[in-house]
Amino acid sequence: MSQNDDVIVVKGLTKVFNHSLTAVDHIDFTVKRGEIFGFLGPNGAGKTTTIKMLITVTRPTEGTAYILGGDIAKQSMDVRAAIGVVPQEYTADEDLTAMENILLCADLYGIPRHVSKKRALELLNLVELTAFKDKRVDTFSGGMRRRLELACGLINRPKVLFLDEPTLGLDVQTRAATWNYVKTLKKEFGMTLFLTTHYLEEADALCDRIAIIDHGKIVVIGSPAALKDSLGGDIITLSVQKDEDITEIIHKVEHVKEVKKENGDYIIKSSNGEVTAPLIIEALRGKGHIVTRLSLTKPTLNEVYMQYTGRSMRDAEESPGAVRSQRMVMRRAHA
Amino acid sequence: MSKDAETEVSRSKLHGLWALTNRELKKWYQQPFVFVMGIVQPILWLALLGKAMNLSAMIPSGIPGLSQDAIMMQTFGTTDYFSFMAMGMVAFTTVFTTAFVGMSVVWDKRLGFMNKVLSTPVSRSVIILSKVFAASIRAMFQAAIVAIIAFLLGLQLGTNFSAWSILGIFAIVFLISVGLSSMFTTLTLRATRMEMPQATFQLITLPLMFASSAYFPIDKMPQWLQVIASVNPISYTIDAVRRLMIFSDGFGQLPLDFAFVGGFAVIVTAICVVLSWRYLNK
Repeated sequence: MSQNDDVIVVKGLTKVFNHSLTAVDHIDFTVKRGEIFGFLGPNGAGKTTTIKMLITVTRPTEGTAYILGGDIAKQSMDVRAAIGVVPQEYTADEDLTAMENILLCADLYGIPRHVSKKRALELLNLVELTAFKDKRVDTFSGGMRRRLELACGLINRPKVLFLDEPTLGLDVQTRAATWNYVKTLKKEFGMTLFLTTHYLEEADALCDRIAIIDHGKIVVIGSPAALKDSLGGDIITLSVQKDEDITEIIHKVEHVKEVKKENGDYIIKSSNGEVTAPLIIEALRGKGHIVTRLSLTKPTLNEVYMQYTGRSMRDAEESPGAVRSQRMVMRRAHA
Repeated sequence: MSKDAETEVSRSKLHGLWALTNRELKKWYQQPFVFVMGIVQPILWLALLGKAMNLSAMIPSGIPGLSQDAIMMQTFGTTDYFSFMAMGMVAFTTVFTTAFVGMSVVWDKRLGFMNKVLSTPVSRSVIILSKVFAASIRAMFQAAIVAIIAFLLGLQLGTNFSAWSILGIFAIVFLISVGLSSMFTTLTLRATRMEMPQATFQLITLPLMFASSAYFPIDKMPQWLQVIASVNPISYTIDAVRRLMIFSDGFGQLPLDFAFVGGFAVIVTAICVVLSWRYLNK
């Protein structure tokens, strides 16, 4: 395994199903050590297919990827041993207890019992399931199952953890709790995390860098802040008492990039809205203008997403695929 | 967390085999209902069907020069049809038990368990072999139950029977179970829907059962059916079980029985393992 800081290197990775459906189309990207890298896109964009290739469950049609220096196609056993996977589905065996499930995972990694028992207890503690360790999984709620999946994915102390839609179908509270675990993993264990999601706020809150994927292609990669900046920054809307053109005054203020007048309101783009707004008020007061109204909007990833995919995330989320997968998760949770 | 872990990990070609096999078995023995039904079912088969088909009663008695026992002996190799059929059931119960392996493969795929296991460093053949072994262990247990019930219902042991016979029966039942469960697994390797293993099971079970000597001796069947029955590994299993338990005229083709069933097991398992490398990763 290389000492390189590029933990995941993807080169021209492609998957074509049945010689006709191109799910992933020649994608390239690199994930650095210790990074939380998010794969964002609507359902059917190729997120899960990409993650399945990276975790060596699906064979690429073309191209390859290197994880910790190991080729996913040629050194798949080494790659499997070094990574952890938290799949989209609830994969724990319902007929077994939480403890039995974790120990089964440990056995699959070849971890001897005296090590795995201790480790399983640590992990159950981490995901706050210690009290339920001897309960059968079919009595668990969706959130508990997700936490158990997380514990199973960590049993081999992976250097890279793959999370496929880690919060799909979870309520807001459980989702926030899951985010906390993910942040803890990064902070305490210096783990590299690769996650797919179609929740924009999740990508924004968690990821150091995001790739937006649409129709099997990566349309943009960058940190959430940089992506938002690429849209032109924050937007300040203000109006003043006197009907006099103040465009020139505003233009001279620091950080202001663009000023437009629309229906008597001034729409200002700035790279740093919080700092710019008071400066503008100050400058206008100096020239005898009184600001009557001011609002500040920060661009969200939703706008970034719209910009690059031409669709709003809401449309994508309500696609039949999303509804179906949601229903699958629910059905399992109820069964 | 410390870094001690990596040095302690022991990965071999077969690691995870027992863990996965044990998982399958737990689903069976930890479910009292499934477990008990597995015992009740053969009781019903044997007590109702086995005792109802009282074939010796059909042969008129009291006709000079015609001995009921001699006719039964000549046809079935034993004077008691119940014993004949019960030993057929001992062998045939492996078909019913191993057929569920296909369901379990599809089930694991649908629930995502298969994907998780595929992402761990377990060899693909181990994933499949664990299914095969778990089904075979279940089948051996089930066959033993059938044999015990048959004994309680009045099985007439032949002079061939000895303590070694019990070992022999476990061996032949293990071989046929490995072969059958590999066959059922192979047929469902690519399936993602439950209908597939169910349809396969129904399609395969009937010819396996009736084109075998489970209920009727092969040499009294029509010629074309004899051809099918003579390549049916179940026939050889049944023959071995009967020779070990209820026949009295020596072991005859017992080595052939073992060779045929063993060969079947080895070949089908090999095919299954090779195809699992190919089809488990999509």
